Amino acid sequence: MLEAGADPHGENSEHTTTGLNHRKLLMWAFLGSDCMFFGTLIGTYLVSKGRSLVGPYAVDVFDIPVTSVSTFVLLMSSMSMVLAYAALTRGSLKGFRIWIASTAIMGMTFLSFQVFEFYEFANHEVHFKCSTPISDLTEHERTFIDKCAGQDASHEVEEQHGLTPRTNLFGTTFFVLTGFHGAHVTLGVVWLLSLLFYSFRGGVTAKRNLDVDLAALYWHFVDVVWIVIFTVVYLFGVFPGF
Amino acid sequence: MNLITKDPKAQSDTAHTGHPTPLTYFKIALILSITTAIEVGVFYIEWLGHGIIPVLVILSGLKFGLVALFYMHLKYDSPLFSWFFFGGLALATSVFIAVLGLFKFFVAQ
Repeated sequence: MLEAGADPHGENSEHTTTGLNHRKLLMWAFLGSDCMFFGTLIGTYLVSKGRSLVGPYAVDVFDIPVTSVSTFVLLMSSMSMVLAYAALTRGSLKGFRIWIASTAIMGMTFLSFQVFEFYEFANHEVHFKCSTPISDLTEHERTFIDKCAGQDASHEVEEQHGLTPRTNLFGTTFFVLTGFHGAHVTLGVVWLLSLLFYSFRGGVTAKRNLDVDLAALYWHFVDVVWIVIFTVVYLFGVFPGF
Repeated sequence: MNLITKDPKAQSDTAHTGHPTPLTYFKIALILSITTAIEVGVFYIEWLGHGIIPVLVILSGLKFGLVALFYMHLKYDSPLFSWFFFGGLALATSVFIAVLGLFKFFVAQ
């Protein structure tokens, strides 16, 4: 049950000129400004798309099924976050702890996927058989076609040519954008774990739920940013002609 | 002016806390999961060609809207919060389109 005096809107009803809690208003102002921050990074990525002079390119390194799984994990973490907040406003501290711990674990899982992805990109290998028709090779793979000179058709070309922020324009804009998002997620995980530990010291209650409300807003924000990044960077990134 | 609750009618299908029930949150999560699956599925349909772009933009916008409205409670909270958030988003989108247009039309290829 809702505790007496518990405010589901996060201690909104303040004696301020707007009638709204200033901390919550400030959080929304911050999120609005963070939209602009990520907007510039996504814009820079799109403007630079197709302007890299050397590979590897998005089509060479992206693994859409893997990124889809990490996207799903982040979406589900948003659900567990909102359930943590709902449990708290109902007065269920145990439910709050379970759901917020789940959220933090899913956030760490997402980060693990990102670390795995970055590692794979940095150690990307060009690998094709010399018998492969040129039309089936990517633009980047074609630059290694001279390795087949004087070799028979069964020869396999294997060259390590990873993607780092210094490799090309695509690498720079991609790592800056997704790296900053990853930094946001990392900060969110630290915030969630802090709230979890704080709850054991009596700092989080149904009545004092604004701290959790603000953390939840931040967490959902990193989720919506990833929704845009997944579509614009990953899906459009591999799509030819975009 | 009531700045606390945007739409009193919207509260009729919510718990007495003024926020959606956990069941609603589960339903939203289900829609988000299905939409993501459709996005990935659509991605592999080659005959769609450039038609994939508006489809993915609409699906992505749907997911963005659902999270913002229900999980971030913009549907139930003060409209001032929506103004702060969507104001920033609109400004970001304007700058984004301006930069893309600038590089598309005014830079020698």
